[in-house]
Amino acid sequence: MLEISVKARRGSFRLEVDCLLLSEWTVLSGPSGSGKSTLLRIMAGLDQPAVHGPEQARISLDGQLLTDSANGFALPPGRRQTSLVAQQPSLFPHLSVVANIEFGLRGLDRKARKARGEEMLELVDAKELVNRRTRELSGGEAQRVALARALAPRPRLLLLDEPFSALDGASSDALLARLERWLPANRVQTLMATHDATDAFATRAAVALLMDGKLEALGPAHQVLAHERQRLLARIGGG
Amino acid sequence: MDWQAFALTLKLAATTTVILLAVAVPLAAWLVLGHSRWRGVVEAVAALPLVLPPTVLGFFLLVLLGPRTLIGRGITTLLGHPLAFSFSGLVVGSVIYSLPFAVQPLVAGFAAVETAYVDAARLLGAGPARVVLSLLVPLARRSLLAAAILSFLHTVGEFGVVLMLGGDIPGATRTLSIVLYNQVENFDYTAAARTSAVLFALSVLALGVIYAGWRPRGGRRA
Repeated sequence: MLEISVKARRGSFRLEVDCLLLSEWTVLSGPSGSGKSTLLRIMAGLDQPAVHGPEQARISLDGQLLTDSANGFALPPGRRQTSLVAQQPSLFPHLSVVANIEFGLRGLDRKARKARGEEMLELVDAKELVNRRTRELSGGEAQRVALARALAPRPRLLLLDEPFSALDGASSDALLARLERWLPANRVQTLMATHDATDAFATRAAVALLMDGKLEALGPAHQVLAHERQRLLARIGGG
Repeated sequence: MDWQAFALTLKLAATTTVILLAVAVPLAAWLVLGHSRWRGVVEAVAALPLVLPPTVLGFFLLVLLGPRTLIGRGITTLLGHPLAFSFSGLVVGSVIYSLPFAVQPLVAGFAAVETAYVDAARLLGAGPARVVLSLLVPLARRSLLAAAILSFLHTVGEFGVVLMLGGDIPGATRTLSIVLYNQVENFDYTAAARTSAVLFALSVLALGVIYAGWRPRGGRRA
């Protein structure tokens, strides 16, 4: 259960989101510039609302407070059990694929780290990349490895920001299907930002629709994105 | 050739470089990653030796570390001798004098590391020390090398601070720059030319390492 109450300003842009996400998988849908990335960064603890002024944020996960700006409280990003995978994979270029995945596994012994790394690479269907250098990876491969790195520490909350943009449709759907099985089984709540409505229809996720920094709707994809669904069907029919 | 002064110069430069890197790496990381409102002030203070005449800095340190101040008297009590006119005093002076030559390349190198890498490391649980040692230092290793070599060379060529703070004590504070000055004072231009050639060769060699002889594995950082 994810409680989000955020009011933030970035220049002239205002973000106001107040919601309770109960679904294990929620797609945060909305056009580019609607505030999806800003919201995810605040939730990850990478951006903090200003202490003074109209900004405020209160975020809690399963009853545990992550941010409470009114009381000046914010857990550091590494202690939120939260992972964020952005469109740019940002793999550490001086480390190998395996070293990237094991970066967040410091508490585990060597054997456990290796096993976890292999498990994660298998999950994202990238076992063949185990001995590769990050510089040699294609965009899609790098995104898979970034996802494996983010999941390796077993976060309780996974934030995905257009994470499959470099994958083709079939690969993206296959990976989504794998994640849809694995994440709930491992009790990971997921919030995936996307401007592509088909991502929302590809999963059984709830959809939160963000427009111009405001949460317009929250519910099943076929309701929230009914208009978008009609538009896509019309395009297919017209094609 | 005064080999005693040569060895002392290298020892001073090596000691100063090691201390400077230990100070400058966390300081540069704080300047790049920190959000304190004191950053501007600290950056300005760290850059001050760039514009301050070395003799002025040497004089300030001579007074500060001498028996006229509480700090100087405290150090004398603690060590049993004053820092001024000693090798340790020269190290203190050299570290302060060469501080910007270590800090500025590191600030530039750390600032060039993409913020997204730092964010990713923080999300994966890395604290400030790990972010610096596992990420910033390896990704800015060329800046680290530049900082080390510039600090070393700047200390090798130091004159004003050494003369004011250390004087000219053979085996303790007489460096190659002081030897060169003495040789010119004595009109021994042949010896002065040899000493200058050694200092010149050290500089050329070190700059060669920075600009030509060393490349990070795999070419430029991504």
